[in-house]
Amino acid sequence: MAQITLIEAVTQALAYEMAHDDSVVVLGEDVGVNGGVFRATQGLQEKFGPLRVLDTPLDEATIAGTTVGLAAQGMKAIAEAQFEGFIYPMMEQINCHAARMRNRTRGRLSVPAVFRAPWGGGIRAPEHHSEANEHLFTNVPGLRVVLPSSPARAYGLLLAAIRDPDPVVFLEPKRIYRQYKEEVPDDGEALPLDVCYVLRDGTDVTLVTWGAQVKECLEAADELAEDGISAEVIDVATLTPLDFDTIAESVAKTGRCVIVHEAPKTAGFGAEIAARLAEECLFDLLAPVHRVTGYDTHIPLFRLEMKYLPSVERIVEAANKTLAVS
Amino acid sequence: MSIAAKFEINYLQYLDPAGQLVGKEKDLPAFAKDLDHMVKLYKLMVSTRVFDTKSIALQRTGKLGTYASCLGHEAAHVGIGSAMKDEDVFAPSYREYGAQLYRGVQPREVYTYWGGDERGSDYQNEPARHDFAWSVPIATQCLHAAGSALAFKIRGEKRVAVCTVGDGGSSKGDFYGAINIAGAQKLPLVAVIVNNQWAISVPRSIQTGAETLAQKALAAGLPTIQVDGNDIIAVRKAMEDALDRARTGEGASVIEAVTYRLGDHTTADDARRYREKEEVEDARAKEPLKRLRTWLESKKAWDQKKEDAWLTECDEWMDNEVNAYLETKTQPVTAIFDYTFAELPEDLARQRAEVVALDSKEH
Ligand SMILES: [Mg+2]
Repeated sequence: MAQITLIEAVTQALAYEMAHDDSVVVLGEDVGVNGGVFRATQGLQEKFGPLRVLDTPLDEATIAGTTVGLAAQGMKAIAEAQFEGFIYPMMEQINCHAARMRNRTRGRLSVPAVFRAPWGGGIRAPEHHSEANEHLFTNVPGLRVVLPSSPARAYGLLLAAIRDPDPVVFLEPKRIYRQYKEEVPDDGEALPLDVCYVLRDGTDVTLVTWGAQVKECLEAADELAEDGISAEVIDVATLTPLDFDTIAESVAKTGRCVIVHEAPKTAGFGAEIAARLAEECLFDLLAPVHRVTGYDTHIPLFRLEMKYLPSVERIVEAANKTLAVS
Repeated sequence: MSIAAKFEINYLQYLDPAGQLVGKEKDLPAFAKDLDHMVKLYKLMVSTRVFDTKSIALQRTGKLGTYASCLGHEAAHVGIGSAMKDEDVFAPSYREYGAQLYRGVQPREVYTYWGGDERGSDYQNEPARHDFAWSVPIATQCLHAAGSALAFKIRGEKRVAVCTVGDGGSSKGDFYGAINIAGAQKLPLVAVIVNNQWAISVPRSIQTGAETLAQKALAAGLPTIQVDGNDIIAVRKAMEDALDRARTGEGASVIEAVTYRLGDHTTADDARRYREKEEVEDARAKEPLKRLRTWLESKKAWDQKKEDAWLTECDEWMDNEVNAYLETKTQPVTAIFDYTFAELPEDLARQRAEVVALDSKEH
């Protein structure tokens, strides 16, 4: 079985579903002959033709609105935003129509679409190519917001997102697109949405994160382990609808929680998790909840971007702060 | 210098405001020579107006929320709806009732939606059942039509998607985006600009510097025409031509139907604040029902007796619809949650349970 990267897992999932379901179509800028700027759709147009893998005019609103129309009339449409920083013109169609169609029509019409976008910083890219903006979608009712953090989860969660009868914003951490390979059988097996994945069991502190930061959290857990501290690492994976139970159960066990994300701190999705912990788990907590996040600034251009993104060092320090309280 | 490309915009009109034929009888399109059919169209234009009058009365007496009147648009809207086939898909904005009634939307559904209940968008009758619901964000529906047209093309279906947009909506990127992708991919789309001269308080003159709105299609490489939007024969003929082209694989078209918004933008608007009475009176003289009636009467296809009988029938129909609407019970509070996703997520189920508990305490 072949070892593949996260981006190859995306391609593998798209190809699998297109081969097994004629109603699946992919559309976006440069997704056809060029196979996408990150090559997520590499080879798909050759296999499935120029209509099912459609190079659209260069207009994100067109891509998103056309996707809504396709999906409402019986296709499973997968739109690609070239970068998350270009997703803003899509938001009117995503928020006002994709997310609302089922509710507006009492279920008569629905939008089984996926809006994919490479997401996040750390690839030394120009301005508008490095943003973490998942929180702009997490308070939109009717939307799922999903972030995979490994090749296997990219494959399984993308299949689930395509098969889901409701719209999914699928944000792909581009920093780890090619970071490592793992075995991902092309068996068409989807992974469950709406659940958190506990990647490492621990007893002293819970690290809650998603996307590319999963890597830093696992490394932080390794470092903490060297000091005899047992950290549990949770990949939220589906931000909304949130599987809060998994987080609550972990915190009931550890009594300590650090939330890690690269988006700005204020009103980032970490704030929602922290608020829920305060509301529902206060008496399980042995220490205040800490957040390690991007700052409330724009992500800097790339000479400084690694100073902005949460580092292993900052995560370890935050975990130690929670442990200093007894 | 040489000429890189050359364009002109044709204008189509059969019936002038006085109800006289502009051209020769023999040049009328086939459907217009079928007087029974023309009477049917006239009757729907009349019932649309009765419906509209009733809607405004409901709003003024506190029985309906904000409502966007279609007064003066009857020829444009019925012309669009009547040209379409059942299998086609319609993506309206929010005042194309003449087209929607033709496609099976019931007046009670219109009242239900604008009366604060989502069930009004759950159109029960085909072909409206597969049409899009009202789209309030301006011009966004044009892209839904383009996407539908792409679905038809991918599946090899001989169906056409039709969208309507206003003069104001034609300024928006979504309108251009829709006709642009339709041009690039030869999609079976018909985009109709219903130019009623006003976008709330902003007149056509400062909406764009373009001489016609029809010419916006040229930038997308599409055939286009401007028609007298108060002449149902012209609207219907332009629609039939455009639908034929789309259905036979020749791609998309744009139609600009020039009409006039005789009423306020919505019941929340007061057009006296920004336009002259004289302008409205001039426009009223060109309204669509009178000219068609004059012409049908000259053909002995219609008379006062038929008019009275039909108005009575429409009144009864609308009273029946109003009663059905007024008798509609409010949805259970759980309806707030139950259509957000196909299956209620656990986290949302908890909020639902909270509301159910609260609601049962209140009762
Ligand atoms: Mg207008």
